[in-house]
Amino acid sequence: MSGFLEIIDTYWLYFLVGQYPYGPLGGLALTVILASLALVLALPLGVVLAFARISPWRAVRWPVSALVFVVRGTPLLMVVFWAYFFLPSVTGVKTDQFTTMLIALVVFDAAYLAEIIRAGIQGLPKGQMESARSLGLGYFPAMRLVVLPQALRNMLPSLVNQFVSTIKETSLGYIIGLAEVSFITSQINTQVMVWPAQIYLVLGLTYFTMCFGLGRFAYWLERRLSRRAIAAPLQEVSA
Amino acid sequence: MPEFDVSMLLSGQYHDMLLAGLSLSLMLLFVSLLLSLPLATIVALLRLSPFAPLRAIGFVFVESIRNIPLLAHMLFWYFGAPELLPDSWRKWLYAGDIEATCAVIALTLYTSAYMAEDIRSGIRSISTVQFEAARALGFSFMGAMRRVILPQALRVTTPPLISQTLNLWKNTSIATVIGVAELMYQAGQVESATFRSFESFAFATAAYLSLSLMITGLAAWFQHRYPARAL
Repeated sequence: MSGFLEIIDTYWLYFLVGQYPYGPLGGLALTVILASLALVLALPLGVVLAFARISPWRAVRWPVSALVFVVRGTPLLMVVFWAYFFLPSVTGVKTDQFTTMLIALVVFDAAYLAEIIRAGIQGLPKGQMESARSLGLGYFPAMRLVVLPQALRNMLPSLVNQFVSTIKETSLGYIIGLAEVSFITSQINTQVMVWPAQIYLVLGLTYFTMCFGLGRFAYWLERRLSRRAIAAPLQEVSA
Repeated sequence: MPEFDVSMLLSGQYHDMLLAGLSLSLMLLFVSLLLSLPLATIVALLRLSPFAPLRAIGFVFVESIRNIPLLAHMLFWYFGAPELLPDSWRKWLYAGDIEATCAVIALTLYTSAYMAEDIRSGIRSISTVQFEAARALGFSFMGAMRRVILPQALRVTTPPLISQTLNLWKNTSIATVIGVAELMYQAGQVESATFRSFESFAFATAAYLSLSLMITGLAAWFQHRYPARAL
Protein backbone atom coordinates (compact mmCIF):
# COMPACT_ATOMS: atom_id res chain seq x y z
CA MET A 1 0.00 0.00 0.00
CA SER A 2 2.87 2.36 0.66
CA GLY A 3 3.41 4.74 -2.16
CA PHE A 4 -0.16 5.35 -3.30
CA LEU A 5 -0.79 8.35 -1.07
CA GLU A 6 2.64 9.90 -1.60
CA ILE A 7 2.29 9.63 -5.38
CA ILE A 8 -1.24 11.02 -5.43
CA ASP A 9 -0.32 13.79 -3.00
CA THR A 10 2.65 14.96 -5.07
CA TYR A 11 1.50 14.40 -8.62
CA TRP A 12 -2.30 14.72 -8.68
CA LEU A 13 -2.31 18.06 -10.48
CA TYR A 14 0.28 16.92 -13.03
CA PHE A 15 -1.77 13.75 -13.58
CA LEU A 16 -4.97 15.73 -14.15
CA VAL A 17 -3.83 18.63 -16.37
CA GLY A 18 -0.16 18.02 -17.21
CA GLN A 19 2.00 21.14 -17.09
CA TYR A 20 -1.05 23.26 -17.81
CA PRO A 21 -0.80 26.72 -16.34
CA TYR A 22 2.94 26.82 -17.17
CA GLY A 23 2.92 24.64 -20.27
CA PRO A 24 0.66 22.76 -22.67
CA LEU A 25 -2.46 21.07 -21.36
CA GLY A 26 -2.06 17.34 -20.80
CA GLY A 27 -2.99 14.48 -18.54
CA LEU A 28 -6.52 13.30 -17.93
CA ALA A 29 -8.02 16.57 -19.20
CA LEU A 30 -6.33 16.08 -22.57
CA THR A 31 -7.53 12.47 -22.76
CA VAL A 32 -11.15 13.54 -22.19
CA ILE A 33 -10.92 16.47 -24.61
CA LEU A 34 -9.29 14.32 -27.31
CA ALA A 35 -11.85 11.52 -26.95
CA SER A 36 -14.83 13.91 -26.98
CA LEU A 37 -13.56 15.89 -29.92
CA ALA A 38 -12.79 12.72 -31.87
CA LEU A 39 -16.27 11.32 -31.34
CA VAL A 40 -18.02 14.60 -32.13
CA LEU A 41 -16.05 15.00 -35.38
CA ALA A 42 -16.34 11.32 -36.31
CA LEU A 43 -20.13 11.29 -35.99
CA PRO A 44 -20.98 13.40 -39.07
CA LEU A 45 -18.29 11.56 -41.08
CA GLY A 46 -19.75 8.26 -39.89
CA VAL A 47 -23.24 9.33 -41.04
CA VAL A 48 -21.87 10.21 -44.49
CA LEU A 49 -20.00 6.88 -44.74
CA ALA A 50 -23.11 4.98 -43.58
CA PHE A 51 -25.21 6.68 -46.27
CA ALA A 52 -22.60 5.77 -48.85
CA ARG A 53 -22.60 2.15 -47.61
CA ILE A 54 -26.36 1.80 -48.19
CA SER A 55 -26.41 3.96 -51.31
CA PRO A 56 -28.21 2.47 -54.33
CA TRP A 57 -25.25 3.48 -56.54
CA ARG A 58 -22.42 0.97 -56.75
CA ALA A 59 -19.89 3.68 -57.67
CA VAL A 60 -20.45 5.18 -54.22
CA ARG A 61 -21.09 1.97 -52.27
CA TRP A 62 -18.06 -0.05 -53.32
CA PRO A 63 -15.16 2.36 -52.69
CA VAL A 64 -16.60 3.39 -49.32
CA SER A 65 -17.19 -0.24 -48.33
CA ALA A 66 -13.57 -0.97 -49.25
CA LEU A 67 -12.37 2.01 -47.19
CA VAL A 68 -14.41 0.90 -44.17
CA PHE A 69 -13.07 -2.62 -44.52
CA VAL A 70 -9.45 -1.45 -44.79
CA VAL A 71 -9.74 0.76 -41.70
CA ARG A 72 -11.48 -1.97 -39.71
CA GLY A 73 -8.90 -4.55 -40.79
CA THR A 74 -5.83 -2.58 -39.70
CA PRO A 75 -4.78 -1.77 -36.14
CA LEU A 76 -5.41 1.79 -34.95
CA LEU A 77 -1.67 2.06 -34.36
CA MET A 78 -1.11 1.59 -38.09
CA VAL A 79 -3.52 4.45 -38.83
CA VAL A 80 -1.68 6.59 -36.25
CA PHE A 81 1.68 5.79 -37.88
CA TRP A 82 0.37 6.67 -41.33
CA ALA A 83 -0.97 9.95 -39.99
CA TYR A 84 2.23 10.68 -38.08
CA PHE A 85 4.90 9.84 -40.65
CA PHE A 86 3.07 9.98 -43.91
CA LEU A 87 0.67 12.92 -43.78
CA PRO A 88 3.44 15.54 -43.35
CA SER A 89 5.30 14.21 -46.39
CA VAL A 90 2.13 14.43 -48.52
CA THR A 91 0.69 17.72 -47.28
CA GLY A 92 4.03 19.36 -46.49
CA VAL A 93 2.64 20.60 -43.18
CA LYS A 94 4.12 19.19 -39.99
CA THR A 95 1.12 18.51 -37.78
CA ASP A 96 1.54 18.31 -34.00
CA GLN A 97 0.80 15.17 -31.99
CA PHE A 98 -2.66 16.28 -30.92
CA THR A 99 -3.84 16.94 -34.47
CA THR A 100 -2.22 13.74 -35.73
CA MET A 101 -3.93 11.65 -33.07
CA LEU A 102 -7.22 13.47 -33.65
CA ILE A 103 -7.11 12.78 -37.40
CA ALA A 104 -6.29 9.10 -36.82
CA LEU A 105 -9.06 8.72 -34.24
CA VAL A 106 -11.64 10.49 -36.40
CA VAL A 107 -10.88 8.31 -39.42
CA PHE A 108 -10.81 5.13 -37.32
CA ASP A 109 -13.95 5.91 -35.33
CA ALA A 110 -15.88 7.06 -38.39
CA ALA A 111 -15.37 3.63 -39.97
CA TYR A 112 -16.71 1.92 -36.84
CA LEU A 113 -19.52 4.45 -36.37
CA ALA A 114 -20.52 3.96 -40.01
CA GLU A 115 -21.31 0.32 -39.25
CA ILE A 116 -23.25 1.23 -36.09
CA ILE A 117 -25.23 3.89 -37.96
CA ARG A 118 -25.84 1.59 -40.93
CA ALA A 119 -27.19 -1.08 -38.59
CA GLY A 120 -29.34 1.55 -36.87
CA ILE A 121 -30.81 2.76 -40.15
CA GLN A 122 -31.34 -0.74 -41.52
CA GLY A 123 -32.80 -1.89 -38.21
CA LEU A 124 -35.67 0.54 -38.56
CA PRO A 125 -38.85 -0.84 -40.19
CA LYS A 126 -38.89 -0.14 -43.94
CA GLY A 127 -42.37 1.33 -43.57
CA GLN A 128 -40.90 4.44 -41.93
CA MET A 129 -38.96 5.39 -45.06
CA GLU A 130 -41.73 4.31 -47.41
CA SER A 131 -44.44 6.29 -45.66
CA ALA A 132 -42.19 9.35 -45.42
CA ARG A 133 -41.54 9.12 -49.16
CA SER A 134 -45.22 8.59 -49.96
CA LEU A 135 -46.04 11.71 -47.95
CA GLY A 136 -43.96 13.59 -50.49
CA LEU A 137 -40.61 13.94 -48.71
CA GLY A 138 -37.50 13.50 -50.83
CA TYR A 139 -34.90 10.82 -49.97
CA PHE A 140 -32.64 13.12 -47.95
CA PRO A 141 -35.42 15.03 -46.10
CA ALA A 142 -37.01 11.66 -45.24
CA MET A 143 -33.65 10.44 -43.91
CA ARG A 144 -32.99 13.63 -41.99
CA LEU A 145 -36.46 14.20 -40.54
CA VAL A 146 -37.83 10.68 -40.13
CA VAL A 147 -35.26 7.90 -40.27
CA LEU A 148 -32.13 9.41 -38.66
CA PRO A 149 -33.80 10.85 -35.53
CA GLN A 150 -35.27 7.44 -34.69
CA ALA A 151 -32.16 5.50 -35.69
CA LEU A 152 -29.86 7.79 -33.67
CA ARG A 153 -32.06 7.39 -30.61
CA ASN A 154 -31.88 3.60 -30.87
CA MET A 155 -28.11 3.83 -31.33
CA LEU A 156 -27.49 5.93 -28.22
CA PRO A 157 -26.20 3.00 -26.12
CA SER A 158 -23.82 1.96 -28.93
CA LEU A 159 -22.61 5.54 -29.23
CA VAL A 160 -21.82 5.68 -25.51
CA ASN A 161 -19.94 2.39 -25.85
CA GLN A 162 -18.05 3.85 -28.81
CA PHE A 163 -17.09 6.77 -26.57
CA VAL A 164 -15.68 4.27 -24.07
CA SER A 165 -13.64 2.68 -26.89
CA THR A 166 -12.44 6.11 -27.98
CA ILE A 167 -11.26 6.96 -24.46
CA LYS A 168 -9.31 3.69 -24.44
CA GLU A 169 -7.93 4.39 -27.91
CA THR A 170 -6.56 7.80 -26.92
CA SER A 171 -3.99 5.90 -24.84
CA LEU A 172 -2.16 5.13 -28.11
CA GLY A 173 -1.16 8.81 -28.16
CA TYR A 174 1.54 7.61 -25.77
CA ILE A 175 3.43 6.12 -28.70
CA ILE A 176 3.76 9.38 -30.60
CA GLY A 177 4.56 11.33 -27.41
CA LEU A 178 1.20 13.01 -26.92
CA ALA A 179 0.98 14.15 -23.29
CA GLU A 180 -2.27 12.32 -22.47
CA VAL A 181 -2.79 10.50 -19.21
CA SER A 182 -0.78 7.31 -20.03
CA PHE A 183 2.19 9.35 -21.21
CA ILE A 184 2.01 11.61 -18.14
CA THR A 185 1.90 8.51 -15.94
CA SER A 186 5.08 7.22 -17.56
CA GLN A 187 6.68 10.61 -16.98
CA ILE A 188 5.71 10.39 -13.31
CA ASN A 189 7.10 6.86 -13.21
CA THR A 190 10.48 7.97 -14.50
CA GLN A 191 10.58 10.77 -11.92
CA VAL A 192 9.56 8.62 -8.96
CA MET A 193 11.62 5.55 -9.92
CA VAL A 194 10.20 3.44 -7.07
CA TRP A 195 6.63 2.02 -6.91
CA PRO A 196 6.00 1.49 -10.65
CA ALA A 197 3.23 -1.03 -9.88
CA GLN A 198 1.33 1.46 -7.74
CA ILE A 199 1.70 4.21 -10.33
CA TYR A 200 0.32 2.08 -13.15
CA LEU A 201 -2.46 0.79 -10.89
CA VAL A 202 -3.56 4.39 -10.37
CA LEU A 203 -3.60 4.81 -14.16
CA GLY A 204 -5.67 1.64 -14.56
CA LEU A 205 -8.08 2.72 -11.84
CA THR A 206 -8.54 6.09 -13.53
CA TYR A 207 -9.46 4.54 -16.85
CA PHE A 208 -11.64 2.01 -15.07
CA THR A 209 -13.64 4.66 -13.22
CA MET A 210 -14.39 6.57 -16.42
CA CYS A 211 -15.08 3.62 -18.68
CA PHE A 212 -17.01 1.50 -16.18
CA GLY A 213 -19.22 4.46 -15.29
CA LEU A 214 -19.95 5.19 -18.94
CA GLY A 215 -20.53 1.49 -19.64
CA ARG A 216 -23.12 1.30 -16.84
CA PHE A 217 -24.73 4.44 -18.27
CA ALA A 218 -24.96 2.77 -21.70
CA TYR A 219 -26.52 -0.32 -20.11
CA TRP A 220 -29.08 1.83 -18.29
CA LEU A 221 -29.90 3.69 -21.54
CA GLU A 222 -30.33 0.43 -23.38
CA ARG A 223 -32.80 -0.93 -20.84
CA ARG A 224 -34.72 2.34 -20.76
CA LEU A 225 -34.94 2.50 -24.55
CA SER A 226 -35.99 -1.14 -24.89
CA ARG A 227 -38.80 -0.53 -22.41
CA ARG A 228 -40.00 2.36 -24.52
CA ALA A 229 -39.71 0.34 -27.73
CA ILE A 230 -42.06 -2.25 -26.25
CA ALA A 231 -44.47 0.45 -25.19
CA ALA A 232 -44.51 2.10 -28.63
CA PRO A 233 -46.85 -0.31 -30.50
CA LEU A 234 -49.38 -0.12 -27.64
CA GLN A 235 -49.58 3.64 -28.08
CA GLU A 236 -50.20 3.20 -31.77
CA VAL A 237 -53.11 0.85 -31.05
CA SER A 238 -54.72 3.19 -28.57
CA ALA A 239 -54.36 6.22 -30.84
CA MET B 1 8.08 12.09 -53.17
CA PRO B 2 10.56 9.35 -54.03
CA GLU B 3 9.18 6.44 -55.96
CA PHE B 4 8.03 3.22 -54.37
CA ASP B 5 11.00 0.85 -53.95
CA VAL B 6 9.68 -2.71 -54.06
CA SER B 7 13.12 -4.33 -54.07
CA MET B 8 13.86 -3.41 -50.46
CA LEU B 9 10.72 -5.29 -49.43
CA LEU B 10 11.50 -8.38 -51.51
CA SER B 11 15.03 -9.11 -50.36
CA GLY B 12 17.88 -7.93 -48.19
CA GLN B 13 18.29 -6.82 -44.59
CA TYR B 14 15.04 -4.84 -44.29
CA HIS B 15 13.02 -7.62 -45.86
CA ASP B 16 14.39 -9.97 -43.18
CA MET B 17 13.58 -7.51 -40.38
CA LEU B 18 9.99 -7.11 -41.53
CA LEU B 19 9.52 -10.85 -41.93
CA ALA B 20 10.96 -11.50 -38.46
CA GLY B 21 8.48 -8.96 -37.12
CA LEU B 22 5.60 -10.63 -38.94
CA SER B 23 6.48 -14.04 -37.58
CA LEU B 24 6.74 -12.70 -34.02
CA SER B 25 3.33 -11.02 -34.44
CA LEU B 26 1.90 -14.35 -35.58
CA MET B 27 3.51 -16.07 -32.59
CA LEU B 28 1.91 -13.54 -30.23
CA LEU B 29 -1.43 -14.17 -31.94
CA PHE B 30 -1.29 -17.95 -31.68
CA VAL B 31 0.12 -18.22 -28.16
CA SER B 32 -2.33 -15.64 -26.79
CA LEU B 33 -5.24 -17.28 -28.60
CA LEU B 34 -4.37 -20.73 -27.27
CA LEU B 35 -4.12 -19.41 -23.71
CA SER B 36 -7.20 -17.17 -23.99
CA LEU B 37 -9.71 -19.81 -25.04
CA PRO B 38 -9.53 -22.00 -21.89
CA LEU B 39 -9.26 -18.97 -19.60
CA ALA B 40 -12.28 -17.36 -21.28
CA THR B 41 -14.30 -20.56 -20.89
CA ILE B 42 -13.46 -20.71 -17.18
CA VAL B 43 -14.41 -17.06 -16.68
CA ALA B 44 -17.67 -17.54 -18.62
CA LEU B 45 -18.57 -20.51 -16.42
CA LEU B 46 -17.70 -18.45 -13.31
CA ARG B 47 -20.10 -15.76 -14.48
CA LEU B 48 -22.87 -18.34 -14.98
CA SER B 49 -22.17 -20.22 -11.78
CA PRO B 50 -25.08 -20.74 -9.36
CA PHE B 51 -22.78 -19.60 -6.54
CA ALA B 52 -22.82 -15.80 -6.08
CA PRO B 53 -19.18 -15.24 -4.94
CA LEU B 54 -17.92 -17.06 -8.07
CA ARG B 55 -20.18 -14.92 -10.24
CA ALA B 56 -18.74 -11.83 -8.55
CA ILE B 57 -15.18 -12.96 -9.29
CA GLY B 58 -16.07 -13.43 -12.96
CA PHE B 59 -17.76 -10.03 -13.10
CA VAL B 60 -14.81 -8.22 -11.51
CA PHE B 61 -12.37 -9.98 -13.85
CA VAL B 62 -14.29 -9.07 -17.00
CA GLU B 63 -15.17 -5.49 -16.06
CA SER B 64 -11.81 -4.52 -14.61
CA ILE B 65 -9.98 -5.76 -17.69
CA ARG B 66 -12.35 -4.50 -20.38
CA ASN B 67 -12.51 -0.98 -18.97
CA ILE B 68 -8.76 -0.38 -19.01
CA PRO B 69 -6.98 0.15 -22.33
CA LEU B 70 -4.66 -2.60 -23.48
CA LEU B 71 -1.78 -0.12 -23.52
CA ALA B 72 -2.20 0.47 -19.77
CA HIS B 73 -2.26 -3.30 -19.24
CA MET B 74 0.99 -3.65 -21.17
CA LEU B 75 2.67 -0.86 -19.21
CA PHE B 76 1.53 -2.37 -15.92
CA TRP B 77 2.71 -5.90 -16.71
CA TYR B 78 6.03 -4.72 -18.11
CA PHE B 79 7.02 -1.86 -15.79
CA GLY B 80 4.87 -2.48 -12.72
CA ALA B 81 4.25 -6.16 -12.07
CA PRO B 82 7.88 -7.48 -12.09
CA GLU B 83 8.69 -5.14 -9.15
CA LEU B 84 6.15 -6.98 -7.01
CA LEU B 85 7.87 -10.33 -7.53
CA PRO B 86 10.62 -11.77 -5.30
CA ASP B 87 14.15 -11.04 -6.50
CA SER B 88 14.97 -14.56 -7.68
CA TRP B 89 11.81 -14.75 -9.83
CA ARG B 90 12.56 -11.37 -11.33
CA LYS B 91 16.11 -12.43 -12.27
CA TRP B 92 14.75 -15.53 -13.94
CA LEU B 93 12.15 -13.45 -15.79
CA TYR B 94 14.67 -10.89 -17.05
CA ALA B 95 16.95 -13.71 -18.22
CA GLY B 96 14.24 -14.79 -20.66
CA ASP B 97 12.33 -12.75 -23.20
CA ILE B 98 10.48 -10.58 -20.70
CA GLU B 99 8.95 -8.24 -23.30
CA ALA B 100 7.22 -11.01 -25.20
CA THR B 101 6.14 -12.73 -21.96
CA CYS B 102 4.52 -9.55 -20.64
CA ALA B 103 2.86 -8.91 -24.00
CA VAL B 104 1.40 -12.43 -24.02
CA ILE B 105 0.11 -12.03 -20.44
CA ALA B 106 -1.55 -8.70 -21.27
CA LEU B 107 -2.99 -9.93 -24.58
CA THR B 108 -4.27 -13.15 -23.03
CA LEU B 109 -6.03 -11.43 -20.13
CA TYR B 110 -7.48 -8.73 -22.37
CA THR B 111 -8.73 -11.14 -25.03
CA SER B 112 -10.13 -13.67 -22.58
CA ALA B 113 -12.23 -10.98 -20.86
CA TYR B 114 -13.89 -10.20 -24.19
CA MET B 115 -14.19 -13.84 -25.22
CA ALA B 116 -15.71 -14.77 -21.85
CA GLU B 117 -18.60 -12.40 -22.57
CA ASP B 118 -19.15 -13.95 -26.00
CA ILE B 119 -19.09 -17.46 -24.58
CA ARG B 120 -21.43 -16.45 -21.78
CA SER B 121 -23.99 -14.92 -24.13
CA GLY B 122 -23.67 -17.97 -26.39
CA ILE B 123 -24.43 -20.27 -23.48
CA ARG B 124 -27.30 -18.06 -22.37
CA SER B 125 -28.78 -18.18 -25.86
CA ILE B 126 -29.38 -21.91 -25.37
CA SER B 127 -32.81 -22.30 -23.80
CA THR B 128 -32.72 -23.05 -20.06
CA VAL B 129 -35.05 -25.98 -20.67
CA GLN B 130 -32.14 -27.78 -22.30
CA PHE B 131 -30.14 -27.41 -19.13
CA GLU B 132 -33.03 -28.35 -16.86
CA ALA B 133 -33.82 -31.44 -18.94
CA ALA B 134 -30.18 -32.52 -18.77
CA ARG B 135 -30.13 -32.01 -15.01
CA ALA B 136 -33.42 -33.92 -14.69
CA LEU B 137 -31.86 -36.80 -16.60
CA GLY B 138 -29.17 -36.95 -13.92
CA PHE B 139 -26.28 -34.96 -15.43
CA SER B 140 -24.24 -32.88 -13.01
CA PHE B 141 -23.75 -29.11 -13.63
CA MET B 142 -20.43 -29.71 -15.39
CA GLY B 143 -21.72 -32.81 -17.17
CA ALA B 144 -24.77 -30.98 -18.53
CA MET B 145 -22.52 -28.10 -19.64
CA ARG B 146 -20.04 -30.37 -21.37
CA ARG B 147 -22.43 -32.79 -23.06
CA VAL B 148 -25.54 -30.71 -23.74
CA ILE B 149 -25.03 -26.97 -23.55
CA LEU B 150 -21.48 -26.37 -24.85
CA PRO B 151 -21.84 -28.40 -28.09
CA GLN B 152 -24.89 -26.33 -29.03
CA ALA B 153 -23.42 -23.08 -27.75
CA LEU B 154 -20.26 -23.63 -29.80
CA ARG B 155 -22.11 -22.99 -33.06
CA VAL B 156 -23.46 -19.71 -31.72
CA THR B 157 -20.23 -18.52 -30.10
CA THR B 158 -17.71 -19.39 -32.80
CA PRO B 159 -18.45 -16.41 -35.11
CA PRO B 160 -18.03 -13.80 -32.32
CA LEU B 161 -14.94 -15.67 -31.11
CA ILE B 162 -13.47 -15.42 -34.60
CA SER B 163 -14.11 -11.69 -34.61
CA GLN B 164 -12.39 -11.45 -31.21
CA THR B 165 -9.45 -13.25 -32.81
CA LEU B 166 -9.41 -10.49 -35.41
CA ASN B 167 -9.28 -7.93 -32.59
CA LEU B 168 -6.48 -9.90 -30.96
CA TRP B 169 -4.53 -9.82 -34.22
CA LYS B 170 -4.87 -6.05 -34.40
CA ASN B 171 -4.07 -5.70 -30.71
CA THR B 172 -0.72 -7.50 -31.06
CA SER B 173 0.52 -4.24 -32.62
CA ILE B 174 0.28 -2.53 -29.21
CA ALA B 175 3.06 -4.79 -27.91
CA THR B 176 5.38 -2.40 -29.70
CA VAL B 177 5.13 0.06 -26.75
CA ILE B 178 7.03 -2.29 -24.46
CA GLY B 179 9.62 -2.99 -27.13
CA VAL B 180 8.49 -6.36 -28.43
CA ALA B 181 10.09 -6.65 -31.88
CA GLU B 182 6.85 -7.51 -33.66
CA LEU B 183 5.72 -6.24 -37.06
CA MET B 184 4.80 -2.69 -36.03
CA TYR B 185 8.08 -2.27 -34.15
CA GLN B 186 10.12 -3.57 -37.07
CA ALA B 187 8.24 -1.34 -39.51
CA GLY B 188 9.17 1.62 -37.30
CA GLN B 189 12.81 0.46 -37.17
CA VAL B 190 13.00 0.09 -40.95
CA GLU B 191 11.35 3.48 -41.34
CA SER B 192 13.90 5.21 -39.10
CA ALA B 193 16.85 3.40 -40.72
CA THR B 194 15.87 4.07 -44.34
CA PHE B 195 13.39 7.00 -44.15
CA ARG B 196 11.24 4.93 -46.47
CA SER B 197 8.07 5.27 -44.43
CA PHE B 198 5.77 4.52 -47.34
CA GLU B 199 7.37 1.15 -48.18
CA SER B 200 7.69 -0.14 -44.64
CA PHE B 201 4.21 0.93 -43.57
CA ALA B 202 2.73 -0.39 -46.79
CA PHE B 203 4.28 -3.79 -46.01
CA ALA B 204 2.92 -3.77 -42.46
CA THR B 205 -0.52 -2.59 -43.54
CA ALA B 206 -0.71 -5.25 -46.25
CA ALA B 207 0.31 -7.94 -43.77
CA TYR B 208 -2.25 -6.85 -41.16
CA LEU B 209 -4.96 -6.51 -43.81
CA SER B 210 -4.39 -9.85 -45.48
CA LEU B 211 -4.61 -11.79 -42.22
CA SER B 212 -7.68 -9.75 -41.24
CA LEU B 213 -9.22 -10.65 -44.59
CA MET B 214 -8.50 -14.34 -43.97
CA ILE B 215 -10.03 -14.23 -40.49
CA THR B 216 -13.13 -12.44 -41.82
CA GLY B 217 -13.38 -15.03 -44.59
CA LEU B 218 -13.13 -17.82 -42.03
CA ALA B 219 -16.02 -16.32 -40.05
CA ALA B 220 -18.17 -16.05 -43.18
CA TRP B 221 -17.35 -19.64 -44.14
CA PHE B 222 -18.20 -20.93 -40.67
CA GLN B 223 -21.55 -19.17 -40.59
CA HIS B 224 -22.36 -20.62 -44.00
CA ARG B 225 -21.16 -24.14 -43.16
CA TYR B 226 -22.43 -24.38 -39.58
CA PRO B 227 -25.44 -22.08 -39.22
CA ALA B 228 -26.83 -21.75 -35.69
CA ARG B 229 -29.75 -24.12 -35.30
CA ALA B 230 -33.07 -22.70 -34.21
CA LEU B 231 -34.33 -24.39 -31.08
